Amino acid sequence: MVGIVLVSHSEKIAQGIRDLSMQMASPETKILAAGGLPGGEIGTDFQRILESIQKADSGDGVVVLVDLGSAIMSTEAALDFLDEDLRARVVLADAPIVEGAISCSVAASIGGSLEEVKAAAEESRGVSKF
Amino acid sequence: MKAEQVIQTLQAMNQVIDREAQYLTDLDAAIGDGDHGINMKRGFAAVSTKLEGETSEDCGDVLKTVAMTLISTVGGASGPLYGTAFLKAAQAAKGKTDLNKEDALEILTAAVEGVQFRGKAARGEKTMLDLLIPVKEAYADALDEGLSLEETKQRIFSVMDESIAYTKTIIATKGRASYLGERSLGHQDPGATSSYFLIKTVLDSVE
Repeated sequence: MVGIVLVSHSEKIAQGIRDLSMQMASPETKILAAGGLPGGEIGTDFQRILESIQKADSGDGVVVLVDLGSAIMSTEAALDFLDEDLRARVVLADAPIVEGAISCSVAASIGGSLEEVKAAAEESRGVSKF
Repeated sequence: MKAEQVIQTLQAMNQVIDREAQYLTDLDAAIGDGDHGINMKRGFAAVSTKLEGETSEDCGDVLKTVAMTLISTVGGASGPLYGTAFLKAAQAAKGKTDLNKEDALEILTAAVEGVQFRGKAARGEKTMLDLLIPVKEAYADALDEGLSLEETKQRIFSVMDESIAYTKTIIATKGRASYLGERSLGHQDPGATSSYFLIKTVLDSVE
């Protein structure tokens, strides 16, 4: 099953989106929250992102969702430090992190491929709220 | 410059960043998320501790330690940006135990390319590149023209002053300040300012 990593500047945002997503996803779906700095401060933690990606992978790949700015750069830096093998099946989704997480959690839990799960997240970009 | 002096320069960077952390944070509070000084201080303090146990004579090893520490500890955009800069610098310095002025250009060029690669930014977007690219060009010109060390330093300091002033005149289109649009005008870029302090520390340590 495709894993999902949520990268936010805030530990609470990442954890909250994980909780929200798990309501929709099957219990065995691997959704990892990689938010904030070790002390609970606001920021993005390269090491936490790296380890979350490694843990989220069960062989089918990982979709990473990010909030802003340094979340993207810290994630891209983390990708550079993955084994080539794992690196080849980790993708960043260009999607809003809340809606994207819900969409791709569902796609992952019904057994979607890496491309399908990424696409599910990115489709949520164009969905109107009203 | 031998690895030992590279380490001394990096320790001096920590002192400068520590001293200027509040100033960097104040600049960032005006147009960003107000954490640049705090983040840089945390990162360089970790670098300083890490380097106390650094025994390699390979300048590349030293710079790589710095890169990994900054990427892991800074916590803001400057972590992956400066981290990648030092990582590319480390690759350029790999296997060298005594850096000369040509090596310095190679290392600086690699570092600036690292920032461009990671940040996907160009000149004129109110980022650290608005200082780093002119500095790299000024240094390359100074080497070409065969300027003395003192003349080279003067040239770079004057380019840095112009660059810092220039960041006040442009609108941010990258990073958190881009959310402010035109309201970022008139403010000095915190990233360019931290780059100023790092380059200044290098210049001050070369004799």
